[in-house]
Amino acid sequence: MSATLKYQEKELKLVGTRPLRPDGVDKVTGRARFGADYNLPGQLIGKVLRSPHALARIKSIDTSAALALPGVKAVVTRDDFAEMPDEMAAVGELMINFRDVTRNMMAREKVLYDGHPLAAVAATGESVARAALALIKVEYEVLPHAIDVVEAMKPGAPLLHEHQYTQGVKPKPDRPSNVAKRLEFGHGDIAAGFRQAEVIVEREFNTKPVHQGYIEPQACLASYSADGQAELWTSTQGHFVFRAQCAKVLQMDVSKIRVTPTEIGGGFGGKNNIYNEALAIALSRKSGHPVKMVMTREEVFSSTGPTSGANVKVKLGCTRDGKITAAEAELNFQAGAFPGSSVNQASMCAFTRYDLANVRIVGHDVTVNRPKVAAYRAPGAPIAVFGVESVIDEMAKKLGIDPIEFRLRNAAKEGTQTYYGPKLGPIGYIQTLEAARAHPHYRAPLGPNQGRGVATGFWFNIGNETTCSLNLQEDGTLTLMLGTIDVAGGSRASMAMMVAEELGIEFDRVRPFVGDTASLGFNFLTAGSRGTFASGMASVIAARQVIEKLRQRVAKIREVPLEAVAWKDGHARPVDATVAQFAPMSLPEIARMAGKTGGTIAGHAEINAQGAGPGFGTHIVDVEVDKETGAVKILRYTVVQDVGKAIHPAYVEGQLQGGAVQGIGWALNEEYVYGEDGVLQNPGFLDYRIPVASDLPFIDTVIVEVPNPNHPYGVRGCGEVPIIAPMAAIANAIENAIGLRLCEQPLSPPRVLKAIDEAAAARR
Amino acid sequence: MRYEAPKTLEQAIALLSGANGQARVLAGGTDVLIQLRSGRADPQLLVDIKAIPEMRAVVADSGGYRIGAAVTCMELIENEVFARDWPGVVDGVKLIGSVQVKGRATLGGNLCNASPAADGVPALIAAGALVCIAGPLGRREAPVEDFVLGPGRTSLGNGELVAAIQLPRRAPHSGDAYLRFTPRTEMDIAVVGAAVYLTLDGKGVCRSARVGLGAVAARALLVPAAAAALIGTTVDEAALERLAAAASAACRPIDDKRGTKQFRVKVAGVMARRAAAIAIERARRQG
Ligand SMILES: Cc1cc2nc3c(=O)[nH]c(=O)nc-3n(C[C@H](O)[C@H](O)[C@H](O)COP(=O)(O)OP(=O)(O)OC[C@H]3O[C@@H](n4cnc5c(N)ncnc54)[C@H](O)[C@@H]3O)c2cc1C
Repeated sequence: MSATLKYQEKELKLVGTRPLRPDGVDKVTGRARFGADYNLPGQLIGKVLRSPHALARIKSIDTSAALALPGVKAVVTRDDFAEMPDEMAAVGELMINFRDVTRNMMAREKVLYDGHPLAAVAATGESVARAALALIKVEYEVLPHAIDVVEAMKPGAPLLHEHQYTQGVKPKPDRPSNVAKRLEFGHGDIAAGFRQAEVIVEREFNTKPVHQGYIEPQACLASYSADGQAELWTSTQGHFVFRAQCAKVLQMDVSKIRVTPTEIGGGFGGKNNIYNEALAIALSRKSGHPVKMVMTREEVFSSTGPTSGANVKVKLGCTRDGKITAAEAELNFQAGAFPGSSVNQASMCAFTRYDLANVRIVGHDVTVNRPKVAAYRAPGAPIAVFGVESVIDEMAKKLGIDPIEFRLRNAAKEGTQTYYGPKLGPIGYIQTLEAARAHPHYRAPLGPNQGRGVATGFWFNIGNETTCSLNLQEDGTLTLMLGTIDVAGGSRASMAMMVAEELGIEFDRVRPFVGDTASLGFNFLTAGSRGTFASGMASVIAARQVIEKLRQRVAKIREVPLEAVAWKDGHARPVDATVAQFAPMSLPEIARMAGKTGGTIAGHAEINAQGAGPGFGTHIVDVEVDKETGAVKILRYTVVQDVGKAIHPAYVEGQLQGGAVQGIGWALNEEYVYGEDGVLQNPGFLDYRIPVASDLPFIDTVIVEVPNPNHPYGVRGCGEVPIIAPMAAIANAIENAIGLRLCEQPLSPPRVLKAIDEAAAARR
Repeated sequence: MRYEAPKTLEQAIALLSGANGQARVLAGGTDVLIQLRSGRADPQLLVDIKAIPEMRAVVADSGGYRIGAAVTCMELIENEVFARDWPGVVDGVKLIGSVQVKGRATLGGNLCNASPAADGVPALIAAGALVCIAGPLGRREAPVEDFVLGPGRTSLGNGELVAAIQLPRRAPHSGDAYLRFTPRTEMDIAVVGAAVYLTLDGKGVCRSARVGLGAVAARALLVPAAAAALIGTTVDEAALERLAAAASAACRPIDDKRGTKQFRVKVAGVMARRAAAIAIERARRQG
């Protein structure tokens, strides 16, 4: 069913309150089971041999010595997996090609990055497995490689894929290229727009790939039975999608793989793709034992997907009174070893906060010798927006207009025609700008070397396939089996709250949990901020089905017409006394009699949720720059965001704070550092610096609620918008503090100090 | 791999001497265990020194202190008398990892691990501390600045270990301080570290000073030229600027993922100047 349930304003008892999440106690007592906590009797440990080269042709792989090592039970290489034809599939907001998935999982013709898997072994213990890896002989023909996106785009750059010709260029180019795809978005007449402009600002920006920063490394356990069935426990954002990917690359029936999702120690888009899962099943199939595979942190960094690094050019034209006449951008995104970066999403998000007549964006998806990128919270948007919101800030300054006022003069609103397709529905962008302008933070005094920055973000949010089952148990409590992973944000609580609200019962009468892939039909993964929107809608449908059945049973028991039975406050009651009079029945009373009145009562939903509501946010940040060291301190941070409706405000605030914090890390210190040799130099959290608590002030939040008309409670989804603005907001604040516009992320102390020293030298 | 936890220093020395260089001392293990896990160290014998009573004590000794090699960072931080005398040494110790890490980690281990960026070491150098070494040939002492030879290398011979670190009697009207620069405020590794110990006379003129720098060369450095910039001055702005210049000039850093040469050289001067400002405050306050 393609579903929307329209928003209805009503009095709320539970939605909007802050009950404790159902997974909370187990998490704080250490009892929650994450990926690496699952074990089976007789299990083997699987380990992966990885490429030490950025680009090399594989001449031979000899596993005989490894196989001969006592304790080694199976070895798999490219020869154990079928060749896959080109076939695209969606994972979250990004697309994958199974031809590439099978090559990323296990290199075939070439290794394409430091860390690319070449072989996997299963052995009786980790040390045996490691010893076996050392016995595998690989002959390489090392080739020159390409790491930098601008370099990789040049003709004559070392080529990753001989068969790759730039798509989106007519006629088809006659030579292969690292540019996998060229795309273009826009509307209006860009040249005319710039002719109307009285002021033009043009800048170039560069960003580095960054890691999602999930604390739990990828971990899975697979058990393949002699009858050809497989079970898999894994830390994932989408167990159905993982099942589909494994079935495809292992050439198994989908129904023969059962995936049980574990608690997830963060994902943020990084757990949308299989890495070890299919290898573990293959090793289990070959060895006849369960196989457990847990990545080391080094493997997580070197071999799983970060988000893209990019080169971004932005040009903006404006009239003196602050009306944008033309907006142009070029986005060159690293895809990693295989095509499929978020340049598409970045293009659509770049300018969509503004109501613009003339827009043109050209994007390039570029393969480079780095791990294939994965999604990361609002994939691509923060990268494009770093450039665009920096230029917006500079333009406002040039025009002498307050930066929020400048944005308000050009703000997108209901009815704005986007340059990528739809007209925007009811949105809350202007409300976030106005709330930010009215916030005391925006007027607080600043000290020396301190500055304030503002930036804004937009994200689509999505719906997609979603199922759930709501079972009324014999004592009147309910279990809610969800098909979307609670990616640790607390979405289980929100879903249970909506169900309890519908039924008019207490929150703890509903026990939500995530079902395995055999218990429900297909669910798309938790991505695109869809969890509470889509699963919430499904849960409400299931709850309303249950209510309908409850009314039917009571009509039967009380021998009254169905229309005479209303459901209110957890009870079946007469609609009004003139229609029928009967003693109300509570949920437990009806549940106890269910067996005799027709059997167990359940609600069930299978939907493709439609009508996701776009989200907008405005961030304000104050920084202090240490001019002698280049260190930037975040003094104060406020996130204002339209979330449609905050079902559980504390968990919404958590999303806004977490997104801002990840954005702060991205802005200030995070980057993958590769050497000349194409080898990753900082595969760990010591030298890949995500912020720690003492780096951060309390992140203040203001929740704006402009209901999404296409959700029964008005939910928009809120998880991705908050990571979009921080990089630009911080760059703008630094500019405000020291008068220097920094265009290279991260804005790390050496970079900031260099800019300060160069500016001082130039003045002399 | 064998694990031993001897009860006396003599037993520890015997175990180490008998292991053909294939033994590792285990203090808090916050470096060793990580090296074992990553495969960077693969010893046949681990000699745990935490069961040796004399290694676990902080002893006040002729006005100074003898810090047993197995005393944890938290024990040292919570030792109020010591912390009052050597606040700069404690500045460094406080920066080692988190509270949990400091509950295990030792200053001795920080020194013996011989990282150029070790946070405990520059303040020991500035303080003029001595390393008390015990081995099959008996006991000897060495200045901290001479003990570390390079990354991961110390002057310990076969069978030798560090028994204690000896801090001298703190001079009247003196103060010490340590500051490091890290991109993060915690759980990071020093890009530059600077320690200053200085003594004033009754008129507020600096009579002696020592400056130690970390993370700017293959090992932590004693920088006499930087100290000379302070001696004989009232540690005014001009003296602090000369100190900064001398500290920067002493740096022989590398370019790496943690910082560029240029950055380290400049920030070493900044950190030295700021550490000196704290040290002089302390000297004035402590009397
Ligand atoms: C999360 C984390 C954060 C950290 N942060 C910091 C930081 O900010 N700053 C910093 O400087 N360090 C840091 N460290 C490193 C480490 O904690 C310190 O170097 C610590 O002081 C080491 O002490 P230990 O007692 O644990 O040494 P161990 O690991 O036990 O030993 C370290 C080395 O010294 C040798 N050794 C130890 N004692 C003796 C002895 N008495 N005689 C001879 N050899 C000996 C060992 O064989 C080993 O080679 C961090 C470590 C971790 C895990």
